[in-house]
Amino acid sequence: MLTVEAARKRFLAGTAEEMLALAGIDLFLAAGDVVTVIGSNGAGKSTLLKAIVGLLPLDEGRIVLDGRDVTAWPAHRRAALIGRIAQDPHEGTCAAMTIAENLALAARRGERRRLVRAVTPALARTFRDRLAELGLGLENRLDTRVAFLSGGQRQALALLMATLAQPRLLLLDEHLANLDPRTASLVMTATERLVSDGRLTTMMVTHDMAQAIRVGNRLIMLHQGRIVFAAAGPEKAALTVASLVEKFHAASGERLADDRVLLAP
Amino acid sequence: MQQLLSIFSNSVEQASLYAFLALGVLITFRFFRFPDLTAEGSYPLGGAVAATLLVNGVNPFAATAAAMLAGALAGMATALIHTRLRVNNIISGIVVMTALYSVNLTVMGRANVSLLAVSSVFEDFARAAGLGDTVGTTILLAVILVAVGSAALFWFMRTELGLAVRATGENEAMIGSLGVDTAWTKMVGLAISNAAIALSGALVAQDNGFADIGMGIGILVTGAAAVMIGESLFGDGSILRWIGAVLVGVLVYELLVVLALRVGLDPIDLKLVTAALLLASLSLPRFRTRLLGP
Repeated sequence: MLTVEAARKRFLAGTAEEMLALAGIDLFLAAGDVVTVIGSNGAGKSTLLKAIVGLLPLDEGRIVLDGRDVTAWPAHRRAALIGRIAQDPHEGTCAAMTIAENLALAARRGERRRLVRAVTPALARTFRDRLAELGLGLENRLDTRVAFLSGGQRQALALLMATLAQPRLLLLDEHLANLDPRTASLVMTATERLVSDGRLTTMMVTHDMAQAIRVGNRLIMLHQGRIVFAAAGPEKAALTVASLVEKFHAASGERLADDRVLLAP
Repeated sequence: MQQLLSIFSNSVEQASLYAFLALGVLITFRFFRFPDLTAEGSYPLGGAVAATLLVNGVNPFAATAAAMLAGALAGMATALIHTRLRVNNIISGIVVMTALYSVNLTVMGRANVSLLAVSSVFEDFARAAGLGDTVGTTILLAVILVAVGSAALFWFMRTELGLAVRATGENEAMIGSLGVDTAWTKMVGLAISNAAIALSGALVAQDNGFADIGMGIGILVTGAAAVMIGESLFGDGSILRWIGAVLVGVLVYELLVVLALRVGLDPIDLKLVTAALLLASLSLPRFRTRLLGP
């Protein structure tokens, strides 16, 4: 489904702050894989996701998605195949438009925008059903402007928008990080249901180690732009938070200055 | 009473001619967050194209449509400079606006083209409708055009493409992540905006009986003032409310201008008054908050 080959990305090349954000990443995802991605700040997690989605061009390496080499594709072209949610709820939704209008935009992911009414009654019914599944009471607020929604509601909407048109790949970039615990757990439940219902191949970056162990069938740990640990299937299921921290120390060869980053719930 | 009526009909006439300008400015400045200065060139371009075609015997309605097309091309040029050459949006507009000055002179062949000898859309319409060629007939046609144009804009902004165009102004990263090439939507938005602005120029030229190379100077401020006045009266909100607010805004603006001229304002000072009106409509909401509390 997704192949990342020898991906390298250097920031601020030639300056004192030069940083190798991706130091040669090789990654293969089979269809239906759900991979959690962990690592300390600056490990390259977001850079990797942004490179896959096309927001950051790679210096070297290749990205093959669904059999197509997309390395040279601009982000809007890759968007036909990839749904991504960022940390900031404002990034994934349009505040000045209504919930229905936002969903209508997402329903045409990767397709030509036609000169026909965007929100048809039939489409509105579909939206209502999909919103009801989220369990946030948004199904009766189709004509409410998104500006009036809470951060959690916006993120739940962004989640629905990212998955509405069944992308080949779903990228979740710490999409729960800015939410309060209760909303985060609601949005996470919705995420898991949408991913399993749609059998979506998914990468999820998270700071929550327990969640990284619980969710999905694979786990990778990044450090300084490299994959330093990977686990799948029963091996992954048997991991504990403590053992993951140990793995991190062993793989990175250093004590983490701030274990809190990894251990924080 | 007679005088009041004449002030009012005069304002309505001017407002209905400038309404397309205001709608064009609304599209770029508000829906699109693209401060497009192309308007200063596409407005006289509309006048120049229509006037030149008219004196060459082209049907007034066809000439007016051609003016819109020319305006659309001007907007597309600005969009291409901005998206392909990655030039800042204001500079892109200035480049095209400046180039259009020469284009307009070339189109007209001289600085001023008189239309007194040829029939305008308004005269054609009056004849076809069996009405006299009066201010009333001009208003009737202009109001019909504005109604049709506003309805078309309202419809378009709710189509799939229209939503993508609006989202481009609101959240470019988001609409890109949904697979829309924003270079394309920007071109569509600027083309529609400048077509509307050129239409305004074509109508004003035919109403005045001449097209002039200088007719676009400061025109953006007129459009912006209409948008801001409407906004400060009605606030923003749905597309319908926004369009309505702009139409009221352009009427209020023209009422103020006609009144100012009637009380003896020298036409030379008109741009000064326009600028002051824009400033007032921009700062009024602040004063209102200060006086009445937030």
